Amino acid sequence: MNNMLLIILLLPLVSMVLSLLTPKETTAKVAFVMSLLSTAFTFYLFSVFVPESGMQFIVSFPWIPSLGITFKLGMDGISLMLIVLTNILTPLILLSSFNRKIENPKLFYALIQLMQFAMLGVFVALDGFLFYIFWELALLPIYFIALLWGGKDRIRITLKFFIYTITGSLFMLVGLIYLYLQTPDNHTFDINAFYQLQLNASQQAFVFWTIFVAFAVKIPIFPLHSWQPDTYVDAPTQGTMLLSGIMLKMGLYGILRWLLPIAPGAVDEYGFTVIVLCVIGVVYASCIAIIQKDFKRLVAYASIAHVGLIAAGLFTLRQEALEGSLFQMLSHGINAVGLFFIVDILRHRMKTSTLAELGGIAGVQPFFAISFMIILLGTIALPLFNGFVGEFLIMTKIFDYHVWIGSVAALAIILGPVYMFRSYQAIMLGDSHFDTNTFTPLTLSEKAILGIISFLVLLGGIYPSLLMDVARPSVQQLLNLISAG
Amino acid sequence: MNTIVILSITGIAAMLSDVFKFKKIIYALSILGLLTALVFSIRDWGLFASYFNNMVQTDNYAVVFTSMLIGFTTLWFMMSADFFKSPSSEGEHFALIIFALTGGVMMTNFSNLSMLFIGLEILSIALYILAGSNKSNLKSNEAALKYFMMGAFATGFLLMGIALIYGATASFNIQAIADYITQNQSTLPLYFYAGIIMMLIGLTFKISAVPFHFWAPDVYDGSPTPVTTFMMSVVKIAGFAALYRLFTSCFIAVDNFWTPIFAGMSALTMLLGNITAVSQTSFKRMLAYSSVAHAGYMLMSLASPGATSGNALVYYLIAYSIAVMGVMNFLFHLHKTTGKEDIQSVRGLFRAHPLTAIMLSICILSMAGIPPMAGFFGKYFMFISALNANLVWLVIIAVLCSLVGIFYYFRVIIAVFQDAEHEQPVFYNKTSNLTVLYICGVLSILIGIAPQIFANLL
Repeated sequence: MNNMLLIILLLPLVSMVLSLLTPKETTAKVAFVMSLLSTAFTFYLFSVFVPESGMQFIVSFPWIPSLGITFKLGMDGISLMLIVLTNILTPLILLSSFNRKIENPKLFYALIQLMQFAMLGVFVALDGFLFYIFWELALLPIYFIALLWGGKDRIRITLKFFIYTITGSLFMLVGLIYLYLQTPDNHTFDINAFYQLQLNASQQAFVFWTIFVAFAVKIPIFPLHSWQPDTYVDAPTQGTMLLSGIMLKMGLYGILRWLLPIAPGAVDEYGFTVIVLCVIGVVYASCIAIIQKDFKRLVAYASIAHVGLIAAGLFTLRQEALEGSLFQMLSHGINAVGLFFIVDILRHRMKTSTLAELGGIAGVQPFFAISFMIILLGTIALPLFNGFVGEFLIMTKIFDYHVWIGSVAALAIILGPVYMFRSYQAIMLGDSHFDTNTFTPLTLSEKAILGIISFLVLLGGIYPSLLMDVARPSVQQLLNLISAG
Repeated sequence: MNTIVILSITGIAAMLSDVFKFKKIIYALSILGLLTALVFSIRDWGLFASYFNNMVQTDNYAVVFTSMLIGFTTLWFMMSADFFKSPSSEGEHFALIIFALTGGVMMTNFSNLSMLFIGLEILSIALYILAGSNKSNLKSNEAALKYFMMGAFATGFLLMGIALIYGATASFNIQAIADYITQNQSTLPLYFYAGIIMMLIGLTFKISAVPFHFWAPDVYDGSPTPVTTFMMSVVKIAGFAALYRLFTSCFIAVDNFWTPIFAGMSALTMLLGNITAVSQTSFKRMLAYSSVAHAGYMLMSLASPGATSGNALVYYLIAYSIAVMGVMNFLFHLHKTTGKEDIQSVRGLFRAHPLTAIMLSICILSMAGIPPMAGFFGKYFMFISALNANLVWLVIIAVLCSLVGIFYYFRVIIAVFQDAEHEQPVFYNKTSNLTVLYICGVLSILIGIAPQIFANLL
């Protein structure tokens, strides 16, 4: 019971070993079944979780005692939301690879599950060093997924991605070591010790910027985003889904757990700058998305715009904005995976995702068209769809924070439908630029994924309090911590 | 003490194997001798004793480094079993390696400067010969000559330094010198400091620190691959053991004088090694430069002597040597079966031999310092040690150099996972002995996940 969290964390590791041992025809199925098991455990965890009691299911072993490093895990409502996200999306991502030709399936599935393990680790680590290890560990599998199964320009692009992110990470390491050295005698990496540090303004500024860089690269926040569109477009679909659906939430989560409470003074001082950067990114990425000719690249830029808004919401330090951001992390994850899956369906059948070469698919594939529309409406944040809840909360609080910044950010609400509807029109409606009969019907697994994602989009829009109620007390506690520091 | 005796006997036995016709068993005999020596070395744990009129002493520091030296030599023997298969030379080469090891052990056990000198010479002279052991290869001959010339210079510096120190303190015994320095700190003559610098030059020559590194890339590149492996791992361990022992136990009272020198050397070595490694197209030469760079990271421990630096050094040496042995084991077989050594010749490895490719990647990731591989913790402990000494600038340089390192290490990894240029599928036969690569790959992960095992040996 108390080891529930450890079981959930280690399950992907076990299934990684299993999928390496099974013959390659069945690897995909084994990985999928094991990931369903993770999901089942996650639902159980969700049902026994007590929102009001803060950090729970704490597990702690000494790891490198001489350096004050412990293997300490724990979760509160915020972690829970992201565990739910990870363990719901992973089976879908695995399922999306069915009926696709994948060379070397054993290694592919092993890497995806290693990634799941590392990301879960990031969301539950309560020791700075452990957090860093999981953070870096998540980078390796995605690097190899993009390198081995990526598109034709993958070598240059993946190396750029790797160097970008590891530069950020090394800065974070310096920041964490700095914090470690500030803790009282018998230094420790324990997060609570970090929370209790009384740092002066310049120390906070140092910690803030060193750690923020790592998160900003991963999210990505303007102007550190230039690795993202190339990597998203070039990586195999499952890799892109992992990156956009879950991995970039590591950065947002990191801001919540490791940045805001540790350097609240610096957040006060530099929060404005960061929000301005985020909002620039939102508008800039939206504008670029409008002129894209390739749907996958368009979705990549749309993603920069959406996460920029989430990050801006976090830095307003207002309760509703934080809750909204947290909810939007989930919505964005689900919507992004949905959109990239649509790209994958198009590419699998038509070998292209260029808008000008598609069209008229709605006529032959109504189910595909309807689920695309549902996901699209979720993305552009129509009321009753999952994107609305978070975006509305964030937007109101950004207005509350600064009217002009809010007004500029609100442009995203207008620009979003422009590029999304334009692409829907180009892909689904009008005259087709190819013989629509060649568009083979969706397979059962494809229908299942689109169905589940559509269901989640509607569920999030209609019944958001299912998750919001779980997260609210934890967000409140986090804010108390920030105002106390 | 027993260790040195056993090693010497093993070496002599190997040397005589040609004469008395027991060459067939010499390989097994050498391994047996090494393992026995290892057991005797570990048994000395916690024992503090000195031998030969206080020339050699046994303490935990010596035990740790001696065990490392013997352990890695054993691994080295496993890796290069078939290297010395030429009928005429097996025994001599085994003997030379074991004598070099004996010299290395003396360098970790010394308590008298003359013993340090003797140990260093035993180690070096054996290696001068080994570097040239590929007699028909011009590069190997050049390596041997270069190594010998430079080594002789270094020896001269070291000897002159010892003489100057003796002149100032009237002793060869490191404890006596340390006592003398503490008592007469204000009246030390200028030539005493000159002596320190000369000893520093003599010893940093051996570990290929900038600006005394010029021989290293050529020698590492030109020597036969197994000999290079030995130089990169065992010789480096011995060199650092001697350097660290000398400076932290003998000259510690005047550390204000020499820590800045080491800090500067460390920064230069990291920068120069990493930056020149980027432009190399030969795999072996790239490793040679990266080996210079790693010496720079390790010098950080001498720039910040203190409670954590010794452990950091031990851990780094272990992590680095394991990774190097693995990679070199692969390189040796690559060269043997294809005759090529450039980075592009490993293309297609993943498709042909996935397991080998993964193990090689793990070793390289460890060298690049990516968590959770052992090499990451090596760097991490070094950074902590330097930050404890407030050397923030040095840590920043080290971080930036690590990024440069990732760039060139990843070129190898990318090549491994790329498809082969031509349709030459398998480029080394399946019977190749890559056991050491696999052992090193697994160890790199295990020691990375549980760094505590080697984090507190001293």
